[in-house]
Amino acid sequence: MDNKSMKGWLYLLPAIFFLGVFMVYPLVDVFIYSFEEGYNSASQTFFGVGGYNYSYVLHDPYFLQALKNTFLLVVITVPVSTLIALLISLGLTSITKLRDLYQTIFFLPYVTNTLAIGLVFMILFKKTPYSDGMVNMLLNVFGAGSVDFIDGPYWAKMTVLCIYTIWVVLPFKILILTSALLSVNQDYYNAARVDGTSKFRIFMRITLPMISPSIFYLVITGFIGAFKAYSDAVALFGTDLNAAGMNTIVGYVYDMLYGDSGGYPSYAAAAALILFVIVLTITCINMLIRRKHVYI
Amino acid sequence: MKVVLEHLTKRFPSRNRKEKEDVIAVNDFHFEIPDGQLVALLGPSGCGKSTTLNLICGLQKPSDGKIFFGETDVTNLPPESRGVGLVFQNYALYPHLTVEQNIMFPLGNLKGKDKLSKEEMKAKALEAAKVVQIDQLMERKPSELSGGQQQRVAIARALVKRPRVLLLDEPLSNLDARLRLQTREEIRRIQRETLITTVFVTHDQDEAMSISDMIVVMEAGVVQQIGKPQSVYDDPVNLFVAKFLGTPAINVFDGTVKNEKLIIGDDTVLDTPGVPDQDVSVGIRPEGFWVDDNGAFKCDVQAVEVMGRDVSIVSTHAGSQSEKIRSIISTEFKMNHDLKQVRFTLKPGKVHIFNKTTGERIRF
Repeated sequence: MDNKSMKGWLYLLPAIFFLGVFMVYPLVDVFIYSFEEGYNSASQTFFGVGGYNYSYVLHDPYFLQALKNTFLLVVITVPVSTLIALLISLGLTSITKLRDLYQTIFFLPYVTNTLAIGLVFMILFKKTPYSDGMVNMLLNVFGAGSVDFIDGPYWAKMTVLCIYTIWVVLPFKILILTSALLSVNQDYYNAARVDGTSKFRIFMRITLPMISPSIFYLVITGFIGAFKAYSDAVALFGTDLNAAGMNTIVGYVYDMLYGDSGGYPSYAAAAALILFVIVLTITCINMLIRRKHVYI
Repeated sequence: MKVVLEHLTKRFPSRNRKEKEDVIAVNDFHFEIPDGQLVALLGPSGCGKSTTLNLICGLQKPSDGKIFFGETDVTNLPPESRGVGLVFQNYALYPHLTVEQNIMFPLGNLKGKDKLSKEEMKAKALEAAKVVQIDQLMERKPSELSGGQQQRVAIARALVKRPRVLLLDEPLSNLDARLRLQTREEIRRIQRETLITTVFVTHDQDEAMSISDMIVVMEAGVVQQIGKPQSVYDDPVNLFVAKFLGTPAINVFDGTVKNEKLIIGDDTVLDTPGVPDQDVSVGIRPEGFWVDDNGAFKCDVQAVEVMGRDVSIVSTHAGSQSEKIRSIISTEFKMNHDLKQVRFTLKPGKVHIFNKTTGERIRF
């Protein structure tokens, strides 16, 4: 090893040490846990090694519910939030007056605490003995009956969770897309205009390809983020998510460790690894699509 | 298609809030570009030449004045209805499309009865590509092309719709010196072949002089002089035009006219019949000097540069406004390189005198 790479490794040493202790070791540990059957955290003993933990988790109705919830959340919120963010960014970049004001307003959710937002959503959606919530009041105005969004039917709860998630992830996406749109060289638009290109064609053939790297970045991080959803559900439906039927995979992992039914690190580890495999697969698929469709 | 610019003016509101006055980018531009000619808008940066181009293509609207293509008033038409082809300084080729897709892009905008099938578009694109000689590169992406090739693609894209007017914004500024020479010949050839009225913007007087039928010299939004390159060079209307055209640049001196004779420093150098006594600026082209042992114009030699074809004498003179005077002498004249002082006689046609304050030419 020459002097230069020695130096390089020396500089990397602190990072490698901390990453090793706090990331690599736990990862390996989780992997091992997930195959230890009948692990007892008090005595730190286990009966054998095998795939039983996975089998248990995959047959646990709570996990299957969490899996379904998470998938729904991902499939709905990622495309919808990206699309809305794109529309808002297009609007923002096409105005000059008050752009800063609107940008600030759209960015507010990013700097607001999740639980505080949850509180606001309670006011909007929760049915209490005193009030049906603002949204229900609006629904009533249009002649529709009240719906209990927080403790009511599954679709109502899912709707609220999706709206909540979309609203929370919007600011970051708007930020990224606005700067992507603004960085497209104006000459491309001028060239297209001189050639008489319609607005729609300019958007489809020039704008969209030019900002596609940013869009794919948002989709990939969006997928990963949505798969890891947990705090949003807690903010809306409280900590007993299994009872509400609104648990997520990460919520299930947490419950298996610390919840009322907790104390099963092996099951938690198995569930966490299942989540890991899902996210990895989806990201790989995304990357493949990206290579095909994104220029640069 | 001739292009008529009628008293064209473009004002921009001042960005600076303290200065309420508008910025006048183009001031009363009045000119008729004859059909099928190659015209250069020439001037230093910020002189309004690019704004003029944008006004012609319609990306900007004039504050005053009118623009006609042929007999049609296009002043209020949007760019797409004017039938112009525009080549941008940075080419603005769509990086995600191939050369062929780039050239075909304008054709894809045609609607109604003008709509073309895919095959027709491909054929037209190939035709345009052949004119600029890039038909071998149709499948490449712009990033895989050299600067000169990108330039050609941009021209092909501008030509493919058979524009009535072709506009080029600093078309050569992104190319290296050698390619610039080649490409400007190319632009000339393409223009000759297609006979499309062409306007191009440049700050490089060599470029403008070498290929255009006519040049328009601009400064600070105002047209200084319009004419054939050679006649503008030979007969500048003011000091600015004289200084701007020609490499090496014209030598400028402080001089006086007294009793119809031009005096620079202590040397009485030329007869100026009919010019009243006054202080003047004198411009002498580098090729306006004859070495003559009895010459009246005495300069101190700094260096003699042998260029092969001719010799360049760098000298100084008390009356010169710049540090050095550059004169170009034919090699047929045997120069003594150790000379400390050189005497010149001046060629009358190469000496121009200008009003000291306004810079206007004083003819004699």
